[in-house]
Amino acid sequence: MTLPASGAALTDAEVTALAADVTGAATRRRWLRRYLLPAMGGAVILAWLLAAALAPMIAPYAPDTVNVAGRLAEPSLAHWLGTDELGRDVLTRIIYGARTSLTVGFTVVLIGGAAGTLVGAVAAYAGGWAEEILMRATDLMFCFPPIILAMAIAAALGIGTRNTVIAMLVVWWPKFARLARSLVVGQRSLEYVAAARTIGFPPTHILFRQILPNAVGPLVVLITLDLGNAILVFAGLSFLGLGVVPPMPEWGSMVSEGRELVAQWWVATFPGVAILTVVIGFNFVGDGLRDWLDPYARRR
Amino acid sequence: MRRYIASRLAIAAAMVLLATLIIFLIANAVPGDPVLTQLGDIAANNPAIVAAYRHKWGFDLPMWQRYWLFLRGLAHGDLGISISSQRPVIEDIAQYAPATVELSTAAFLLSLVFGLPLGVIAAMKRDSWIDHLARAVSLTGVSAPTFWLAFIMLAVFYGWLGWAPGPGQIGADQFPPPEVTGFMLIDAPLAGQWDTFRDALGHLVLPSIVLAAATMGLITRTTRAAMLEALSQDYIRVARAKGLRRRAIMLGHALPNALLPVVTLGGLAYAQLLTGTVLTETIFSWPGLGRYTFQSAVILDFPAIMGITLVVAVVYVIVNLIVDLSYALLDPRVMRR
Repeated sequence: MTLPASGAALTDAEVTALAADVTGAATRRRWLRRYLLPAMGGAVILAWLLAAALAPMIAPYAPDTVNVAGRLAEPSLAHWLGTDELGRDVLTRIIYGARTSLTVGFTVVLIGGAAGTLVGAVAAYAGGWAEEILMRATDLMFCFPPIILAMAIAAALGIGTRNTVIAMLVVWWPKFARLARSLVVGQRSLEYVAAARTIGFPPTHILFRQILPNAVGPLVVLITLDLGNAILVFAGLSFLGLGVVPPMPEWGSMVSEGRELVAQWWVATFPGVAILTVVIGFNFVGDGLRDWLDPYARRR
Repeated sequence: MRRYIASRLAIAAAMVLLATLIIFLIANAVPGDPVLTQLGDIAANNPAIVAAYRHKWGFDLPMWQRYWLFLRGLAHGDLGISISSQRPVIEDIAQYAPATVELSTAAFLLSLVFGLPLGVIAAMKRDSWIDHLARAVSLTGVSAPTFWLAFIMLAVFYGWLGWAPGPGQIGADQFPPPEVTGFMLIDAPLAGQWDTFRDALGHLVLPSIVLAAATMGLITRTTRAAMLEALSQDYIRVARAKGLRRRAIMLGHALPNALLPVVTLGGLAYAQLLTGTVLTETIFSWPGLGRYTFQSAVILDFPAIMGITLVVAVVYVIVNLIVDLSYALLDPRVMRR
């Protein structure tokens, strides 16, 4: 509604309508932030997961069919996203590439997250010198920029998806260890822990069945936000030639294959768009989860 | 204060020492054999050559002895000799570092100049179109793969529009200035080569934008969140009740308090920029440490890898130290504690 001309007093009805207007707009905005963006992110992730799972059914061609006569074809009805230097269908390879990227992302973040959480949680619960040693080891890992360390390890182990995953795992756990430690430290002096101890539960039970379930929220948020991050790092390593072995379709190495082809822009552009959408998707979902779990943010 | 600095320095030194040990262990525990990577196939099949090579580089000594040699050299400022360039690693690093410092400093300044105001404005005009724009820009910056962004920028601004120069630090038609500091943007004016200076500046534009994208996103997000947090505090309400102007409240009261987390993040971001230039430098053929790291890692040049890692760890530790100390400056309470 529009405000009456200045000077005129508002009637009760107008005040009510104005208030409804204001709260309505605020509610819409909150709704947008709390539900729409995370839902969109979730939908994008779901679509990519489906594409990865159903790749052989929905991909229009086979991922490694070489067709030299039809190489570097522009996007057309036959090849929606064009073909690459060997005449392989770009769309098909992007769909198959989702398998690699998502598998690696989930593997690194779930295993790395579990390992880091274990280190941090045990350190916090044990306390004393065990905590000191474990957390100093974690600090030490922070001296290394992840990509350089992962690069050195990946290069030393030899090129291949499995070795790259191992290299990433080595650098991935510390941030989870830090977070898990701070979460468990926040819980360990609470009364329910003392109660569980009095009852006589063993330490492993208290830590894993009582404390961790209470601290799981922030860990889930970090895992979600980190999935996009892991996919980015893996694509970067692949781009440098330290990830997958050709001709395996992978987004980072597809961009690398097309990096000199400025006139045939579709070869490198579309795999990059695929990475971008997945990473943004995970970021939307992660942000949404964080807002949802944080009562302070929820009120705002 | 002096004790605080001293204890932090001691911890930092211990960290760096442990870091060299870790890198040394990784370099030695992995199955890849640098000898076989370095020698050609024919030489690698000749046991005499392999043995001589191993002896020359000390690969036949026990592991702890090699580590001891490395540490002793370190005490003399010696990082060993790069297997591939046959030069002292420290010289290699000194040669490549300036280009990286130039690039990452330019990127850092860019991300501060755009990220900070954007974050402040987004917080002041929350839920307005500019807030949404800031969110979209920072999210894209954080989520876009660096190497892809680099390709797009090169394809559009160099290949298609021709507005920006191509890869490299200076054009092929330019003579590099005589080396004084190693920094292109300092040496060129020193030699009076203003054309080279302008050319180098032009070459800096695309890679620094690409490198700045992610950092700018982080800085915008952090600034916005910190400003919102500060704005919800009681002293802001008091300032409002006093009738202070909005501008004075924002810039005089909220911003200084919001800067603390931004300084922490900014320090870390700068350290990450300095060490995270691998992809950008590789694509833009930038003669810096990132490209050197990549080239050394691929051929398992362990002295080079260890040297770089050490330098990187030192940079991280120093930046963290500076962050801690600037914290004490910005927030007097830290010192009193």
